[in-house]
Amino acid sequence: MTDPAPHPAARPGLAERSPMVQLALARLRSFYREPEAVFWTFGFPILLTIALGIAFRAKPLDPVRAAVVAGPGAEAARAALAAGEGVDVRVLGAEEARRALRVGQVAIVIEPGAPPGYRFDPTNPDSRLARAVVDGLLQAAAGRRDAFAARLERSSEPGARYVDFLVPGLLGMNVMSSGLWGVGWVIVEDRQKKLLKRMVATPMRRGEYLLAFVALRMLFLLVEVPILLGFAMLFFGTPLRGSVLDLAALLGLGALSFAGLGLLVGSRARNSQRVAGLIDIVMIPMFVFSGVFFSSENFLAAIQPFIRALPLTALNDGLRAIMNEGARLAALGSELLVLGAVAAGAYALALRWFRWS
Amino acid sequence: MSDLAIRCRGLVKRYPPDVLAVDGLDLEVARGECFGLLGPNGAGKTTTIEILEGLVPPTAGEVELLGRRWTDAPRALRARLGITLQETRLPERLTVAEILRLFRSFYRRGRTVAEVLALVGLEEKRSARYERLSGGQKQRLAMACALVSEPELLFLDEPTTGLDPQSRRHLWDVVVETRRRGHTVLLTTHYMDEAERLCDRVAIVDRGKVIALGTPRELVARVAGTEVVEFETAADAVDEAALRALPGIAAAARDGAGWRLTVAELHVGVPALLGHLQARGIPLTALATHRASLEDVFVTLTGRRLND
Repeated sequence: MTDPAPHPAARPGLAERSPMVQLALARLRSFYREPEAVFWTFGFPILLTIALGIAFRAKPLDPVRAAVVAGPGAEAARAALAAGEGVDVRVLGAEEARRALRVGQVAIVIEPGAPPGYRFDPTNPDSRLARAVVDGLLQAAAGRRDAFAARLERSSEPGARYVDFLVPGLLGMNVMSSGLWGVGWVIVEDRQKKLLKRMVATPMRRGEYLLAFVALRMLFLLVEVPILLGFAMLFFGTPLRGSVLDLAALLGLGALSFAGLGLLVGSRARNSQRVAGLIDIVMIPMFVFSGVFFSSENFLAAIQPFIRALPLTALNDGLRAIMNEGARLAALGSELLVLGAVAAGAYALALRWFRWS
Repeated sequence: MSDLAIRCRGLVKRYPPDVLAVDGLDLEVARGECFGLLGPNGAGKTTTIEILEGLVPPTAGEVELLGRRWTDAPRALRARLGITLQETRLPERLTVAEILRLFRSFYRRGRTVAEVLALVGLEEKRSARYERLSGGQKQRLAMACALVSEPELLFLDEPTTGLDPQSRRHLWDVVVETRRRGHTVLLTTHYMDEAERLCDRVAIVDRGKVIALGTPRELVARVAGTEVVEFETAADAVDEAALRALPGIAAAARDGAGWRLTVAELHVGVPALLGHLQARGIPLTALATHRASLEDVFVTLTGRRLND
């Protein structure tokens, strides 16, 4: 059979003839024309960073709470203490003052006199701190002179604050949920609409359909990560001590393995309710155990091996090591191994189980 | 090169535990033919067409399309087919032109997007999103997706169910255009007028089997006669054998509360019937006649109506 060669001018461009490009474009357009999806992918992580970053940064210092027992000299002691920075002092009757100490309303009770008496709990750090502060203020009021005035440097170093712990966790969480929802959910929607079956009835290569998802996930990283990371660096001074390339490589591998998990949860489910349930089953343990909001070291030693095997733990730990400690990719062997193994296993199973109609 | 577009033998599809959707179906469709599979819902039409399309594996039987089997080179075969499924929802947020470009990219050769838009009359909607199209326009777009490959063999599964008359006309035009190029069409429908108008030959399918095969005209003449008379009487006092014995009556059968007669010539059969009833004093409460159609063929063969 011979066909006349198509007229060169009528021949569409390479991008128009490439199924990969057209499949990825179709996904991309469906995504950005869905405002809700855009918000959950890009807006929500930023809102979460703002809310949590501010909540934990603005935490005020607890004042030292003290009670002075009413009687002669009580007013002078109160005035001396009230002049101190961060001291909350009140005058109470003897019985009342003891009760306040017992229930923890105050950390120390001062009995005025010469010399004054301190009633406090030496086993309680708050109480010990209160004793030192109160003693200093009363001694100064009684005329003690400081031997020297030390140079003071206030420090709240980037890399050690809560927000610095949080941002890599949110990045990891974002990579996870975009992978599972952006691949798993969308595939099942195609299947439910019978669009998958319709496309399988064309000469489209099945691998290209799947590859388009993965390629697009990688492309999305290039938008998702700079937005969230740039925001955190600008507003919270989040550090990036390691190399950008190492960070990109780790995020790329993370996105690959979560896209694989997305493919796996979407490989057989026939309707979107079912895949939503599967996505929850995969994601919730990682939300809880993988150290997004607080360190996974807080869990029992007995379940640590399980926690270490979760891909989100590997991704979060790796991101924190690169961003906060300046670690090199080569030092993250176990994290890379976990992510690589999850990716390989997920793709192998997904391709085997995939239901095309 | 085989001159058959479709050949299948002994097709069986069993869904465990006990559904037999297709029960030993044979079919031969010549190249250039428009062939209709007719039958009620659940007759096995869709399962049959999806087996032919290589989307559902048969439990048993052989399929050959354009002289090839599905096991030979499936992608090369797919490139020569055009398919509409009974229900497909295309991507809601994409425009008509974007969807067509997507489907066009799957084929190495075929029509341009502009050509298929013109074929189904959707030029004005090329920039409209799928979600904003009417039901008929969506169906026409699904058809356009099947036409981008300029298929040698076009499968249409209930292409006009629930369509407005304008969209129906457009789809009919597409079938006529495909045939004009010498290409083959296999369609399923339960609209008998559609089948009579479009199809060279039809197979009537019931319970997974072909129960009648031929040109629409042949089938009607052979099975249903040329005219149908339906009547009801006040009292249930009509005798079937007596009806059959009347001149010009080819067949008689109960139909609900009344009777259906197949008649070769109305001017002989109707006076005979009226004379018969009058002579026995049976009052007539309803009488209707119409030209026999494929619908009557189905009723005659199965005792059921198509859209029950």
